[in-house]
Amino acid sequence: MISRQDVEHVAALARLGLSADEIDLMQGQLSRILEAVAQLRDVDTSQIGPTAQVIGLENVMREDEARAGLGRELALANAPLREGPLLRVPVILEEGR
Amino acid sequence: MAESLPLADRSVREVAVSLRRRELSSRELTRACLDRIARDAGRLNTFLAVGEEAAMATAGDADRALAEGDDRPLLGIPYALKDIFVTRALDEAGAPTGGLPTTAGSRILEGYRSPYASAAEERLGDAGAVLLGKTNCDEFAMGSSNENSAFGPVRNPWDEATVPGGSSGGSSAAVAAGQAFFALGTDTGGSIRQPAALCGIVGLKPTYGRVSRYGMVAFASSLDQCGPLTRSVEDAATVLGALAGHDPRDSTSVAERVPDYRAALTGDLHGVRLGVPREYFVAGMEPGVEASVRAAIDQLASLGARIVDVSLPSTDRGLATYYIIAPAEASANLARYDGVRYGFSAGASDLLDNYRETRGRGFGAEVKRRIMLGTYALSAGYYDAYYVKAQQVRTLIKREFDAVLADCDALVAPTSPSVAFPIGAKVDDPLLMYLNDACTLPVNIAGLPGISVPCGLSDGLPVGLQVIGKAFDEPMVLRVADAYERSAGYADLRPPTSV
Repeated sequence: MISRQDVEHVAALARLGLSADEIDLMQGQLSRILEAVAQLRDVDTSQIGPTAQVIGLENVMREDEARAGLGRELALANAPLREGPLLRVPVILEEGR
Repeated sequence: MAESLPLADRSVREVAVSLRRRELSSRELTRACLDRIARDAGRLNTFLAVGEEAAMATAGDADRALAEGDDRPLLGIPYALKDIFVTRALDEAGAPTGGLPTTAGSRILEGYRSPYASAAEERLGDAGAVLLGKTNCDEFAMGSSNENSAFGPVRNPWDEATVPGGSSGGSSAAVAAGQAFFALGTDTGGSIRQPAALCGIVGLKPTYGRVSRYGMVAFASSLDQCGPLTRSVEDAATVLGALAGHDPRDSTSVAERVPDYRAALTGDLHGVRLGVPREYFVAGMEPGVEASVRAAIDQLASLGARIVDVSLPSTDRGLATYYIIAPAEASANLARYDGVRYGFSAGASDLLDNYRETRGRGFGAEVKRRIMLGTYALSAGYYDAYYVKAQQVRTLIKREFDAVLADCDALVAPTSPSVAFPIGAKVDDPLLMYLNDACTLPVNIAGLPGISVPCGLSDGLPVGLQVIGKAFDEPMVLRVADAYERSAGYADLRPPTSV
């Protein structure tokens, strides 16, 4: 069983705002799921390497040539808040702080 | 008989022939689909956006091309895209073009208009197919019942009290209900094959790397693959032919030659060795499903295939492996939804609070659960025990497939352990819901191609037979499924409520 503090810690890492009810629910559900997936502990993998992808492609390269990207207006068109050619975000550093 | 089916319920092959004979126009086909969509909108909830005007205009272009003798196989055929594929909706200046929105079934993409087109939209557009609209799906393709959509559940046209499966539930139900001649889905752990089985249609998940993922909203990048949902195996071969091929914009897309998939459909199975993995007939499988699948395997034997019993001993580790790897990749992929660049933003006055509130309010319950699970599995102290361990077991699962497929041409198994289940039956128990994918997700773990083809009814609801092949051997997968389909007589299976 994972603790409520564990759930809060993971939610903080994931930048996920959860209500008190959601934390309760998540604590029970995550505990059960983690218990179920913990069966992998019984598999002997001491001689087995990990597989991150299955197609065997590595280091896909292309010529180092400049190409047109998404134009600025297109890139900014969906921004919830913008200021001219910039994305706008809430203040994270205030003068004098 | 196929000819007696209503227009909207026919296969791509049949209507393509009629288009060339001038018995039908693309405009008529498109209108027939739009009428079905409008008629059933309130009942089935299959579409999240419909582009009627654009579809009719594209159909008009197709009719003109057909009149000039243009012979592209998908020219003028109306289709739907799962709303996980971005569709371009902005012009160069960033102004709306009237193109379709993209939601991924999530509130967090509220108001999003894609500045670019997905490879799928481009390739099918180049093939002359007519895009009708975007279909409902589980949020970010996470689910097996379509109940995780922020826009309400899709209903199965076979029985509206049941789920269509997921996550490509809208695409599957639309094809089954005569709303589109084919549709695209995405499959991370079974999301094309399982809803195809539950809706009584064909669903093909190609080999990882076969079809470009460019413009597919990412869920688990080492597992995701795009593929067709159709009313026949031949139609799946046709659509795959239009989709497959290298795309430099997806670095995991493979430059493997694209064969003529329809040419592989010989109808002959003599000399073909088909393995039946005994672990796929799991405890808890519905007896009606097992009976239909066993009968289908007997049918394959009667067509000349050699049936051999094989073992994939790590099958029961698949679920645990998947539910570590997929959420881990999802938690990283979904970090991009920050309320700054696009989509919903909670508008909090502090940046960290804005991240938390945007994501807390924008994501639904299952997506949050998977982000939490994935973040946990990747966090300091648990990374080796969960994530690395799951990647090691992934190696074992892949090796076992490689070993049995060295001795067999393909494997045959059930697609789903159950038929369509009632809406609401499994929503409170995530682990029970995850079991729906027990027979499909090992195929994604190994990156192999798999197809589901209808193999009968159990309690009046469709059952799917799964055929699994070697990497890039879609021709064999299609050949086996097609030979079965031709002899089994389920190709004209349509839901009783569709007409």
